[in-house]
Amino acid sequence: MDVFDKLKILTDAAKYDVACTSSGVDKKASRGGIGNATACGICHSFAADGRCISLLKVLMTNACTYDCQYCVNRRSNDTPRAAFTPRELAELTINFYRRNYIEGLFLSSGIQRNPDYTCEQMIEALRILREEYRFSGYIHAKAIPGADSVLISRLGMLADRMSVNIELPSQSSLKLLAPDKSKHSILAPMGYIQNRIQENTTDLVRYRHAPRFAPAGQSTQMIVGATPETDFQILNLTEGLYKKYKLKRVFFSAYMPVSDSALLPSTDTKPPLLREHRLYQADWLLRFYGFSANEILDAGHQSFNPYIDPKCNWALNHMERFPMEINRAPYAELLRVPGIGVTGAKRIVAARRTGPLNFDGLKKLGVVLKRAQYFITCGGKIADGLKITQDAALRSLMSDTALGMYQRGAGFEPEQLSLFEQPRLTQEDVRKCLTGQI
Amino acid sequence: MPDRSNLIYCYDGSFDGLLCCVFESYEKREIPADIFSPDTEQTVLLPQREIVTDPKKSARVLASIPGKMGNDALDFVRHAYLTCLPRKELFILLFLRMGFSCGPRVMNMLADDVVNTLFKAVKHLTNEAHLLKGFLRFSVFDGALAAEIEPKNLVLPLLAPHFRERYPEERFLIYDRTHSMALIYQPYRSKIISADDFRMPEPDEEERSFREFWRLFYSTIEVQGRHNPKCRMSHMPKRYWSCMTEFGAERSTGKKQELPGGPKLLNGSGL
Ligand code: SF4
Repeated sequence: MDVFDKLKILTDAAKYDVACTSSGVDKKASRGGIGNATACGICHSFAADGRCISLLKVLMTNACTYDCQYCVNRRSNDTPRAAFTPRELAELTINFYRRNYIEGLFLSSGIQRNPDYTCEQMIEALRILREEYRFSGYIHAKAIPGADSVLISRLGMLADRMSVNIELPSQSSLKLLAPDKSKHSILAPMGYIQNRIQENTTDLVRYRHAPRFAPAGQSTQMIVGATPETDFQILNLTEGLYKKYKLKRVFFSAYMPVSDSALLPSTDTKPPLLREHRLYQADWLLRFYGFSANEILDAGHQSFNPYIDPKCNWALNHMERFPMEINRAPYAELLRVPGIGVTGAKRIVAARRTGPLNFDGLKKLGVVLKRAQYFITCGGKIADGLKITQDAALRSLMSDTALGMYQRGAGFEPEQLSLFEQPRLTQEDVRKCLTGQI
Repeated sequence: MPDRSNLIYCYDGSFDGLLCCVFESYEKREIPADIFSPDTEQTVLLPQREIVTDPKKSARVLASIPGKMGNDALDFVRHAYLTCLPRKELFILLFLRMGFSCGPRVMNMLADDVVNTLFKAVKHLTNEAHLLKGFLRFSVFDGALAAEIEPKNLVLPLLAPHFRERYPEERFLIYDRTHSMALIYQPYRSKIISADDFRMPEPDEEERSFREFWRLFYSTIEVQGRHNPKCRMSHMPKRYWSCMTEFGAERSTGKKQELPGGPKLLNGSGL
């Protein structure tokens, strides 16, 4: 089999993995070497599904001896199999890198023979890149659950980022669908990697030139919609992972039906893309906006509002904190206003030092007034000519798509707020927030 | 503040020349109605004055900027000069006049029209440069790398440090079709020259096969169940496609077939 066919099979087998960013580390090429990395990450292309391509994302092999039900590469699936040799993979990476097609490599693998052997193959590919080509570009390697910690350690010294996929949000789902894996086999390497990163930071203080272990940190991915866990459970798990294992990112992947196992949603199920989108929005609130999981969802509200994003949903449920005076509110509070993002909030804080801001000024700073106007005052006043009606406010908080869905949905009546079935938000609250006190 | 005159300054298009316009504006206590470079399409019938580039004058203006309004403001003005903003020269002059009178806080006056217009233009420039760091495609000819781009702004000075760090040991060339300029690099020197009519050479077999590999990877990596061309377009606007290998004219239909009659290089999107 030639490299062309291998590339086809091993790309196809890897495409469901999402962790394809190249961010988190700044590096320059060493003399005589090739490759740099920028902390903000660079996207080199976008596939027709709209997802960013920044790394050559392939499997070392898709000939897996495990049988995870949700996975195309499972032993029992009838699909063509292939394996790169470490050298083939390294050469492909360098040639793509020179042409500026990619920022680096994302290397995962099916379990070939056993976890240790698989890990050794990956190490050899990375060794060729780092030592023979003196490649300083970005490498993200998947730690193979069950591999010896000495091997994981070696892999981590060669990679910029490591990840271990959580796969499914609960132990019981994992047991059911991935019989060869266990929570332990996933969390053990995750904990090990976290410790190594921490120790390594202290080494670096002691010996300034100590080689770095996975300098861009560790990430994970879980599949959403294959099993019955709720958004609330998933978000809590996510928060826990950030806290406990200091993960840099948690990625979510809407389940794409790949087998007609009785244990999984039927093959004609549409992937829950909206749900995945809401999870990313909520994850953003956790990482950059100072929200906690419990503020976004709670035991009484276990799923996201399909019509509006989690931040708007939170704001409508906390009208007691609004309206907020733009010229006085602290940065952390500004971040909680729908229509104001991190950039907007920073610009507001900078600009108001030079003089008071009005609505016109806010617009110039990139604040989405269409949303924000219902939640703010400028110099004690609300926006000129703002007609505060329930319908207008709701429309302004919904995306066009959501609005379409909402209007097409049965029983659409502009007057009636059937949208907010959540008991926390009473008609009374909405009236208060949208009429009188703003 | 001096009145706006109905006079138009004409300068040689260089950054130094623009600083001399600023000098002139202070010396004559006037604000020109507009500032033309040799590239400006002239349809206005206002009186014009030739501003001669005098290195002594420009050096004085240049030296006073960091002192009066900070290094950030100087960086900002240098970037603004590279943008494709119409009438950028006049905006830069107005910005500098504001900076000379109110100091470093000019950088925070984001709600002011002049400052805001320039901020947006600079953002557009840096965004475009950032996107091109990813979307630019090199081809390998005789061991050297060559790429073509069609940017709206003058991005080459912003791309230079990135690619120098990325390929310190290579020889490379980036040709900007829009402005007929090229960045050339060989270890460890680079410069930007004006270059008309650069033509890419024909790719050899190895180059063709890596393009083919890349197109294969590009089309395979899509998850069909998530097909979303609109989303792709918003992240990667179509105007970049014409210079990208994955949309190249020699689009593959099958595997490693002979490419029909002398493939055109990196042009015409196949979609
Ligand atoms: S271990 Fe499971 S998830 Fe990983 S490749 Fe094998 S079957 Fe797929």
